[in-house]
Amino acid sequence: MSLDQPEPIFLGGTVGKSVAKPDNLEKVQGRAEYIADLYRPGMLHGAILASPHAHARIRGYDLSEAMQAPGVVAIITGDDVGEGRMGAFIKDEHAIAKGKVLYVGEPVAAVAARTEEEARHACRLIKVDYEELPAVLSPEDGLAEDAPILHEQLADYIKVFDAGAEGNLCSRTELSEGDVDAAWAECDVIVEDEYTTQPQAHVSMEPCGALAEVDPNGRVTLWSANQSVFRVQANVCESLGLPMSKLRSMTPRVGAGFGNKMEPHIQPITVALAMKAKRPVKLILTREEDFEMVRARHPFRVRMKTGAKSDGTLVARECEVLVDCGAFADDSPGVMGYSLLMCGGPYRIPHMKASGKLVYTNKLRFGAFRGFGNPQVLFAGEQQIDQIGEKLGLDPFAIRRKNMLREGDQWFVGPRIGSNGLGRCLDAVERASKGSRADGSPRNFGLSVTAHISGLLGTGAIVKMLEDGTISLNTGATDIGQGSDTVLAQICAEELKLPFDTVAVASPDTDGSPYNWGTTASRVTYTTGRAVKAAAKKVVDQAMNHAAEMLECDVDDLELREGGRIGQRGSNSDVTFAQISGRAHWAVGGPLVGSETLVFDEPTHDPKRAIALGLPFPRIGVFSFAALGVDVDVDDTSGQVTVHEAWSAADVGRAINPRLVEVQLHGGFVQGLGYALYEEMVWDGARLANPSLMDYKVPTARDVPDAIHTYIIEDPDPTGPFGAKGAGEIGLNAAPGAIANAVAKATGARHVHLPLTGERVLAGMLDPGGPQD
Amino acid sequence: MMAKKVLHSLTLNGEEVQVASAAGATLLETLREDLRILSSKRGCNQGVCGACTVLVDGKPVRSCLTLTARCVGHSVQTMEGMDGDQIMATLQRHMVESGGVQCGFCTGGVLISARELLEDNPSPTREAVKTALSGNICRCTGYRTIVDAVCGAAEELSQ
Repeated sequence: MSLDQPEPIFLGGTVGKSVAKPDNLEKVQGRAEYIADLYRPGMLHGAILASPHAHARIRGYDLSEAMQAPGVVAIITGDDVGEGRMGAFIKDEHAIAKGKVLYVGEPVAAVAARTEEEARHACRLIKVDYEELPAVLSPEDGLAEDAPILHEQLADYIKVFDAGAEGNLCSRTELSEGDVDAAWAECDVIVEDEYTTQPQAHVSMEPCGALAEVDPNGRVTLWSANQSVFRVQANVCESLGLPMSKLRSMTPRVGAGFGNKMEPHIQPITVALAMKAKRPVKLILTREEDFEMVRARHPFRVRMKTGAKSDGTLVARECEVLVDCGAFADDSPGVMGYSLLMCGGPYRIPHMKASGKLVYTNKLRFGAFRGFGNPQVLFAGEQQIDQIGEKLGLDPFAIRRKNMLREGDQWFVGPRIGSNGLGRCLDAVERASKGSRADGSPRNFGLSVTAHISGLLGTGAIVKMLEDGTISLNTGATDIGQGSDTVLAQICAEELKLPFDTVAVASPDTDGSPYNWGTTASRVTYTTGRAVKAAAKKVVDQAMNHAAEMLECDVDDLELREGGRIGQRGSNSDVTFAQISGRAHWAVGGPLVGSETLVFDEPTHDPKRAIALGLPFPRIGVFSFAALGVDVDVDDTSGQVTVHEAWSAADVGRAINPRLVEVQLHGGFVQGLGYALYEEMVWDGARLANPSLMDYKVPTARDVPDAIHTYIIEDPDPTGPFGAKGAGEIGLNAAPGAIANAVAKATGARHVHLPLTGERVLAGMLDPGGPQD
Repeated sequence: MMAKKVLHSLTLNGEEVQVASAAGATLLETLREDLRILSSKRGCNQGVCGACTVLVDGKPVRSCLTLTARCVGHSVQTMEGMDGDQIMATLQRHMVESGGVQCGFCTGGVLISARELLEDNPSPTREAVKTALSGNICRCTGYRTIVDAVCGAAEELSQ
C-alpha cells in the first residue's frame, strides 16, 4: 500500500496498525444510538416553521390557532429569545429569526407537541405578519450602492474577528508578498481566467437534530448531532443569554458531519423550546429542512492569473475571490481567508497577491465544508498550472516538480512547513498511473496537487489511570464516524506502551471533557493527538515517581516496559501499572491523572515577508500534502464524464491507522467527484429548487470507479504525535482540479464553471474555445 | 386532524406483535415511534437513501415508503432480528474489518441489501455488488471498502 516507507520510529504498539474501530460492532448490529434514537421520559417532539421569504420584516405573530391544536405544549418565536447573538467570527445570528427573516427556510417559529406530526401540523397554523423587503441574491448585488442591507446593526455586533465589516460586506482579506504588478513583465507565459464554483450540500446521512431538557434548577442538558460539544455550548449560551455553566452539552453517535454540524443548527431552538415547555424536547430535521436550513459549501467567483518564465519557473500569481456568505457570517470569514492563504498551491511563487470580499446575501448561511475554501481555488489554480505546462511542453508532473515547495520553504505569507512529502506523492501517482489502460487504450489523465493545514485553536486531553492499571481517555473531541476515538486511543496506548483495548474513550461532555474546538480543520489526529500524547506522558512520569518508591530506586534508573510495567534498567524487577495505580490511590502523590491543553503555537504570518490584512488564523497548523491523478471517460454523445480510475497519494506524516487514512482518501475523493461532476444546489429566485435527494444527486456505488488506489506517504512531522498530520480533507481538495484537467485532456476544452455537467462538457467538445455558461 | 390509531398485527423479528399506529403510518414510523425499533433510520423519508431498509417476507423494502397497514399478516425483519443469521454475521464481520463502517448511519440498510444479494447470488461480481448497493447512499466511505466487505463475505460463504 505504501511506497518508499521510511524506517519507522518506535512503533512497538498499536500506532501504524489498522485497528478496527470499536464502534463498528454496534453499528453493524444496528445498535448505535444517534440523536433521533434518544428518548427521555415525558419527551415532546419539536418542529420548525420556516420563512417563506428571503428578506422580510416580522411585524407580528398570531399563535392562537396553533396553540389550540392537538398536542401542542409550547411555541417559541423571536419574541421568546433575547437580544443575544452567536457566531464564531461575527456574532450576527439570533437563536431564531427575530425582527427580520434573512433567507427562505430560516426558522421563524417552533412548536413542541406530543408527536412530531402534531408539532408539524401546529406549525402550519402559525400566522406570521411579514413586510417583504427587497432581497440580495448574489454577492454582486449585495455590493451595489443601493443594495438592501441585511444586517442594519452590523457595526454594533461583537466581532471576534473584524475585517472591515460594513454594509453587506462581511469581511475582506488582502494578502501579498513580492511585487506582483512588476513581476508580470518577467513572465514569458501568462494565463488568466475567471472561474465559478457552485454551492454543494454536505448530505451527511444523518440529518441534524437535538434533544434538550431542563432540570428543576434551570440547568440544561443538551444532546445533539454535532462536531463540537463546546461550540454547541457556546452558541446556545450566547444566543439565549445563558451562562455557560448552566448548559451541559453532550453527544450521541454522530451520522457524519463534513462541516455541516460544526457550528449551530437547531440546538438553540431546541433548548428554547424545552425551557418554555418545561419538558424534554427532541427536534429532528427532515432531509429537506437539512438542505434548506443549515449550511452549504460557498459558491466562489475566482479571478486567477498565473505567470511563468519560458523554462516553466513560476513567477507570479494573483487571485481575487468574491464569496457568497449567505445570511450569517458563520465560519465564512475563516473559509475565505483560508482559501486565499492556500490559493498559491504548494508551489514556490515569489510574487503573490490574493484578495477577497465576503458578502452577505439572502440565502442560507454558507459555512465549513470539508476543504474549507481550498477546492474552489484549486479548481482554478491547478488548471492554470497545466495550461502553463502545455504552452511550454512540460508534462503535468514535470511542471509541478519544478515548482513545488521544498523542505525548509515557507508557505505564502509565512507559515513554516514542517515536513513535506509532496515529491513522494507525485512519484507514487506517476509510477502507478503511467502507460495505458489494461486494454491498451490511452488514458485521459488529469493531475492535481494540494496541501492542507491541520491544527487550529484550543484542544486538550485528560488521561486517567484507573485502579487496575487500565486507562480512561477524555478529550472532548467528537468522533463523527471517521474514527478519531480509535486514533486517539492508539496514540494514548502507544505512549503508555499498553495494548489498544486497555484504553477506554469517554464520550464528549462539556461537564467532564477538556476543551476541544471541534472535529474540523483536519485537526483531531494532529492537535488533539499532541495533547493526548503529552497527557499520557505525564501519567507515565507520575507512575515513575510511585514506582521509584516501590522499587526503592532513583527515577532515572527506571524504564517503561511494554504491557504496563515499570522496571529498573538492567534488572528483571518491575511493578505493574495495576500495582502502581492501586497504591497511588492511597499514597502521597495521589491517583494518576495527566492533562494537557494547547493551541498551535507558530505564527501564520511572517511580517518580514508579506502583508496580511484580514487573515483569520494568526496561528494555524502543519501542512499535509497530496497528489491526485484521475483517468476519465467522456461520453461523446452526452458529454457525461465518468472517472475510470483514480490514484490518490497523501503525505499524512505518520498514518496512526492506515485503514482509516485510506477510507478518508476514498470518501473525500468520492465527495469531491460528486462536487466536480454534478452536485449543485440550485436556486430558483430566492428559493432552493432541489432540497431533496431525489433532485440533488450524490454519488452512489455505481457512480464511482472501483479502482481508487491510495498511497500513504509518511514524512513524519516533528511536532505531530508520532509524526502524524491531518488526513480528513486532503482527499477531497484536488478532485475538481484533477478531473477538470482530465476532461481538458479528453476533450481539448478547458472549463471555468463547476460542476462539469454533461451539458457543459458537450458544449466544450462542440466548440472548445467557445463561451461557457 | 390527528389520524386515528389502528391496531396492526404483524410478525416482527419472529414474534407476533400488535401495534397501535396511525392509519396512514409508514412502517418506518411504526417501527421507530410505536415499537422503538431504532435500527432503521430516517435519512430522507423519500425512498432514495436506503437507510430505512428492512426485510418484509424476506425481501428488502424501504420502510419509509411502506405503509404499516400493508404489512399486516406479514413478516418484518430488522437488524434487531438478525442474530443467528449466518450470511448477516459474515457480512458484519467483513464490514467491521474492511473499514466499510464510518458514521454507521447507512450501515444497517447497506447490510440488509447486501444480504439479499448474497442470498440470490452467492458469487456476485464487483459490478453486481455495486448494482445491488446502488440504492443505499453512503456519504463517508466512497463505497470501496463496503464493496470489498461484501465480496469478502461472499467469498468466505461460498467456501
